Amino acid sequence: MPVWLSEQEYATLRAACAQMMPSDQGAPGAEEAGVAEYIDIFLGAFTFDPPRIWAGGPTSGRKGGAAGFATFHRLTALDELAWRTRLEGSQGLPEREFNGPVVGLQQRYRDGLAALGADFAGVDGSEQRRRLRADEAFLDLLWEHCCEGMYGPPEYGGNRDGIGWSYIGYEGDVQPRGYSDAEVSQP
Amino acid sequence: MSADAVIIGSGPGGATAAEVLTRAGWSVVIMEKGRNHLLDPDDLTKPSADYSNDEIKFISRYFLGPDPLIEPRAFRRNAAEGEHTHVGEVNSIPTTVGGGGTHADGKVPRFREEDFRLFSTHGPQEDAAVDDWPIDYDELEPYYAEVERAIGVAGRAGANPFAAWRSGPYPMPPGAPMFGAVLSAAAAEKLGLHPYEAPTAANSIAYDGRPACNNCGFCAFFGCPIHAKGDPVALLTRAMATGRAELMAETYVSRIVTEGRRATGVEFIGPDGITRTMDAKLVIVAGGAIETPRILLLSGVEHPALGRHLMCHFQTIVVGHFPDVRLHPEKGRAVTHVHDDAMVQDERSREAALGAGLPWFRGGLVEHSGGGLPIMEARHSPWGRGHAQVMRDSNLREHMWAFIMQGEDLPYATNTVDLSPSIRDVRGVPVARVTYEPGRHELAASKYHGKILQSVLEEMGAEWVLHTSSPGVSYHGIGATPVPESRHVIGTARMGDNPDTSVVDKWGRVHSLDNVVVADSSVFVTSSGYGPTLTLVALAARAAHHLAGTKPG
Ligand SMILES: Cc1cc2nc3c(=O)[nH]c(=O)nc-3n(C[C@H](O)[C@H](O)[C@H](O)COP(=O)(O)OP(=O)(O)OC[C@H]3O[C@@H](n4cnc5c(N)ncnc54)[C@H](O)[C@@H]3O)c2cc1C
Ligand code: SF4
Repeated sequence: MPVWLSEQEYATLRAACAQMMPSDQGAPGAEEAGVAEYIDIFLGAFTFDPPRIWAGGPTSGRKGGAAGFATFHRLTALDELAWRTRLEGSQGLPEREFNGPVVGLQQRYRDGLAALGADFAGVDGSEQRRRLRADEAFLDLLWEHCCEGMYGPPEYGGNRDGIGWSYIGYEGDVQPRGYSDAEVSQP
Repeated sequence: MSADAVIIGSGPGGATAAEVLTRAGWSVVIMEKGRNHLLDPDDLTKPSADYSNDEIKFISRYFLGPDPLIEPRAFRRNAAEGEHTHVGEVNSIPTTVGGGGTHADGKVPRFREEDFRLFSTHGPQEDAAVDDWPIDYDELEPYYAEVERAIGVAGRAGANPFAAWRSGPYPMPPGAPMFGAVLSAAAAEKLGLHPYEAPTAANSIAYDGRPACNNCGFCAFFGCPIHAKGDPVALLTRAMATGRAELMAETYVSRIVTEGRRATGVEFIGPDGITRTMDAKLVIVAGGAIETPRILLLSGVEHPALGRHLMCHFQTIVVGHFPDVRLHPEKGRAVTHVHDDAMVQDERSREAALGAGLPWFRGGLVEHSGGGLPIMEARHSPWGRGHAQVMRDSNLREHMWAFIMQGEDLPYATNTVDLSPSIRDVRGVPVARVTYEPGRHELAASKYHGKILQSVLEEMGAEWVLHTSSPGVSYHGIGATPVPESRHVIGTARMGDNPDTSVVDKWGRVHSLDNVVVADSSVFVTSSGYGPTLTLVALAARAAHHLAGTKPG
């Protein structure tokens, strides 16, 4: 069950992400990494308590230390205003519209996914790519979030088991271990 | 509580003032509009555990602010462009307890003697208000020495042949050089340049109760999870430990209340959204060189030079591609080597300046650096089939090395900070509008020194080299955004002895207000080509010692 999107929207999103980051000759793609899950969780960040906006610190536990990333930060009233406005849009609320209306990410996804067509997940790859290219603004947004979902810390719901990092030979967060002076200075 | 001083802003400038004053027995209230993620909420004399190696949190999601949705700025290149051309992030420096000190990777070189005497040393420039500072290097040296010890600077005296004199060694030796910097420093040396280990406010050994840097690589743009970076956590924890400092986070100062030549208090909006005022005997303004003029303008301070002469550092960015070597820039601090040569005149640079129709020009500090973050790399990689392979080959991260020259900006009266006529922050207050474009001096210096940097990368073995700048300008054409990305903001309330031409005196005191002191880089007369932080911190220490009647030690 997706957190925020409908089943139909989620299926479209998964197919779109898989086009952006296909599984390819042993390379993990959006599907394996859970990129669509990352985006859906972000859109529904306020269905969690605390909201899934900022992972905690100072360590994830992957390289020692406690699993602090797993506990998300509480938001202040101002943080919540900012993030609700960004996600939900300003919705005519005066406290969100001090510089005019803001279209939220939820709306942009809802519209962008609808424009890809209800049959998107079923059409062939070249047609999917053609439809994706038709809306450049949505494509840019989707790409930004695909990159986060593939290469960001797994606690946000993507990069499952660090699969995005390991394929590219990147260690991710390294505290509290860090790197030795020799690792830094030598080839 | 009626404190001896109210300090606006908890960044390096405000934190330094707080530390020096509380050490001298003063009581202070620090008002900071951002949230506290720096100090342990249960014990403000200790650092917190909120920072982490997390690219989403710090880069994509504004963990340390400012969030452009609620605290935007407006931007235009010049008045002819109309009210503004961009609203959002403009030279964003964190809005959080600790200010930009939390994000910065902390290269903290001192200025040199001539940086305080630009007019006497080199003479005037058309259109620019080039001037000498009302103080010189010798006067500031004891404060440089004090703050280097206070924040903990790792460096090697004598490593930089151009450096100004110093009264003692650095408190710590330099940390580990990055592999890429070892290569670029060797190439630079071969071409006759003088690279050296960047003096850095990150512990190379355990120091002052904080651990040595463990090279985690999430340095610039991130808070340090182990607090090996000392600026300004060392100063704030020490101020809090005196018991004479009160930290009011999430507290936005909307106005300094004045009566004639005196400030009587500050008006502020607390975390509950309610506007209150607090009496103040003395107000220290340390909001940074964009927010400080905003506060002074909102407070009704009038001066023809207030908000003028905004300087960033015009950045020349020269990038080389090294297909055969993995440079692993994710290991280590963001920058471990720099060189000063572009700030030193020689016959060829003098000729180049004359050739460009200028009496002289100066470049800036050149940072040797790579980029180590995968989300950033991915965004610049193609989507679709082949993406994963492109990322695995990692041409933009593992095989790229760059020089960033923080070019000296001259002070132009047309580069300004004022109040936006229409854009508001979340609290309904007019935001700062930045009007900025580089002048002929910056462009000519960039062009000339960019070519030299290009030849260094070629010497290092680059397959190809790309030369760009921030802000983007037409002759580069690449990444041509007009909004400068520099996080060095300077000028806007310049110091001087003449109250007609300067906003503050040589102690940072506002000429027209007897008990308001500015303690950040707003007061700089010229920008030099070095990061402003150590100099603004030394100036803040000097101003605070002057107020308290104490001496640096
Ligand atoms: C990624 C990065 C890398 C950097 N690297 C370097 C470097 O290598 N070398 C270098 O010299 N510099 C570097 N800098 C710049 C450095 O961070 C700044 O020079 C420094 O932080 C300036 O200190 P400041 O105290 O003057 O202002 P700031 O650090 O900007 O602090 C001002 C504080 O005041 C608060 N404030 C503002 N207005 C109000 C108000 N009205 N009410 C209450 N609070 C207010 C702000 O929220 C902020 O916390 C870097 C910056 C960044 C972001
Ligand atoms: S590189 Fe060092 S100083 Fe920088 S954040 Fe990591 S541990 Fe801290």
